[in-house]
Amino acid sequence: MFDGLTNRLGQVFDRLKRRGALTEADVTAALREVRVALLEADVALPVVKTFIDGVREKAVGQEVLRSVTPGQMVVKLVHDHLVEILGGDAQLATGVTPPAVFLMVGLQGSGKTTTTAKLARRIARRERKKVLVASLDVYRPAAMEQLHQLAKQAEVSATPIVAGEKPLAIAARALEQARLEGFDVLLLDTAGRLTIDDELMAEVAAVRDLAKPHETLLVADAMTGQDAVTTAKNFNEKVGLTGIVLTRVDGDARGGAALSMRQVTGKPIKILGVGEKLDQIEEFDASRVAGRILGMGDVVGLVERAAEVIDKEEAEKLAAKMQKGGFDLDDMANQLRQVRKMGGLGGIMGMLPGVAKIKDQLAGAKVDENMIKRQEAIIMSMTPRERKDAKLLNASRKRRIAAGSGTTVPDINRLIKQYMEMSRVMKQMGKLGQKGIMRQGLGSLFRR
Amino acid sequence: MTGWFQRLKTGLGKTAIRLTQGIAALVTKRKLDQPMLDELEETLIQADLGVATSGKLIERLKRERFDKEVSSEEVREAFAAAAAEILAPVASKLAPDPRRKPHVVLVVGVNGSGKTTTIGKLAHRWKADGLKVMLAAGDTFRAAAVEQLQAWGQRAGVPVVAGAAGADSAGLAFEALERAKREGVDVLAIDTAGRLHNKAHLMEELAKLVRVIRKLDPSAPHDAILVLDATVGQNAHNQVEVFSKALPLTGLVVTKLDGTAKGGVLVALADAFRIPVVAIGVGESADDLRPFEAMAFARSLMGLD
Repeated sequence: MFDGLTNRLGQVFDRLKRRGALTEADVTAALREVRVALLEADVALPVVKTFIDGVREKAVGQEVLRSVTPGQMVVKLVHDHLVEILGGDAQLATGVTPPAVFLMVGLQGSGKTTTTAKLARRIARRERKKVLVASLDVYRPAAMEQLHQLAKQAEVSATPIVAGEKPLAIAARALEQARLEGFDVLLLDTAGRLTIDDELMAEVAAVRDLAKPHETLLVADAMTGQDAVTTAKNFNEKVGLTGIVLTRVDGDARGGAALSMRQVTGKPIKILGVGEKLDQIEEFDASRVAGRILGMGDVVGLVERAAEVIDKEEAEKLAAKMQKGGFDLDDMANQLRQVRKMGGLGGIMGMLPGVAKIKDQLAGAKVDENMIKRQEAIIMSMTPRERKDAKLLNASRKRRIAAGSGTTVPDINRLIKQYMEMSRVMKQMGKLGQKGIMRQGLGSLFRR
Repeated sequence: MTGWFQRLKTGLGKTAIRLTQGIAALVTKRKLDQPMLDELEETLIQADLGVATSGKLIERLKRERFDKEVSSEEVREAFAAAAAEILAPVASKLAPDPRRKPHVVLVVGVNGSGKTTTIGKLAHRWKADGLKVMLAAGDTFRAAAVEQLQAWGQRAGVPVVAGAAGADSAGLAFEALERAKREGVDVLAIDTAGRLHNKAHLMEELAKLVRVIRKLDPSAPHDAILVLDATVGQNAHNQVEVFSKALPLTGLVVTKLDGTAKGGVLVALADAFRIPVVAIGVGESADDLRPFEAMAFARSLMGLD
């Protein structure tokens, strides 16, 4: 989502980088561009002003003029300032005396119900807690049904639906259930509401007074425009927030709302929703997101995602094989599968530094998923013996595999070449051992 | 004793407010200078008009009125008029043609923009207009989306064609169209799963849905409506652009205008794409889907009325 801003700032700073020295006029010009970039990224105007003033204060004068590469200096200043604004404690209050009560609030369609299920799943899996969810949305048709279905998918418990019950009564019942049945965490999903709807705001305040939540999270869409400020401010004043969840971060919105809401409420952004599936939720990390805004990549996100997706046992088995240099085509198929689980090449590329542009091209060319799938199909069309020993693959076998996988012989040759390359690297890694890799850096793996 | 005094005060209230405002306007009347222009530009940007369109409106005002005596109200009026001018050509409405048997309306949008609710409201209105309506629950992805549409169908007394969760939405749309033809339905509205426009495979899925229903009716869909949330910011541009590449958009519906968001991005969209706005959503009940009126919208955007 932050790619737009990244590109925009990239253009600004490209211009700066091409010049030797930076005059004060340049700073002003650059900041004007930054201002436009931020406004186009939907950062609210008052927030933009504060931000620009903050950067200018630091930028104008010696700090920048004296630096060797002025462009980089400004990038750093903008980055640091972004981190400063975005930063905050993203820890969720799950560690209190059970049950920890979370209240999810927000406008209609911001993603509360999905987020509730995602959060429940995450807390249940990562922290090994017993989680209960309850929907207080008695207004939108089938909203309670939705949370129930999602809870089932997330493998957490849900408070049974009682038709005609009022939100406050449901909350009381859910609390009771959480206490009696020994749940660690209770997530209360609420109906979407507009902040000017006094009646509904009073209702959610009443739920808050009853449930005394440890976390009150505002769920907000990353695509929100200038109005983000009003929404966040009103929810904070009328209900009292402890944090913000930003959803649809996997869209291409520039995500200025994140900056705005953080600044206006003073409450930290704690969680990002990054996809439609229940495991597509990430912890918020200011320096990471600020880095992404400025095109510095999201390596931490990549590592985090990898750690979750890659099966530990599989990884250990592979490591053992690598030691012996026995990396075969089955292992390669496994790796391809893991790449796909991590969101495909596009997903991985998006998190690597400085590839925002390549990612766009990739998305345009649509090479990502299909290529990996096809390679997987090729390997699956081989006999187990062929997968163990690629040397067996002669012309007639290749023709058979091509027919079986719906590809061509050149496709298969390409795959074999790639496999050889990979197994060579694996052997090297095996020889180097853990220490060796650390010493030489990951770069050694890609050296030819 | 306080009775009559109170009444008098209330009675005068409105006049008084108008008077104060009038005087304030007189007092603040000053030459249109750069600081004033800057302040005005900010008003526009804060209403989500975007940097480009705001700049355009400001340039125009500068050309016409710079250095002349104006009040802030006058300028707002001028802006409202300019915005209305941009919006007027796109103000339109949904007019299903029952002779098509059925007139197919495809409803698309990003997640949570209000597609299902909009369809529910539309069904209600069409039904009241005496049309024979059918709905297709094409959102087979989101949990309980089908149930949500069914609840709306029940309220409006309109049949809903639904498939199993996770079923192919193009197949379901095909089936619904087949059935609508057979039963002589006037309007068929097809709901779709919310999708982010930057997911190529999901957009391809939409294109496929269109291809599939065209096998039954080459002129379908007769309307393809993009539902936009009023709180959306500049990303609306990307949404309109990408969605209209995947299928021939014929109109926009802007929802949730009853909140604090004013949907100013519409002006920028009208400026850039000229896609008709067919309705606005101003509340949760079935009657809260209204026709779009350019002038009224523009005035509320500028904080007039």
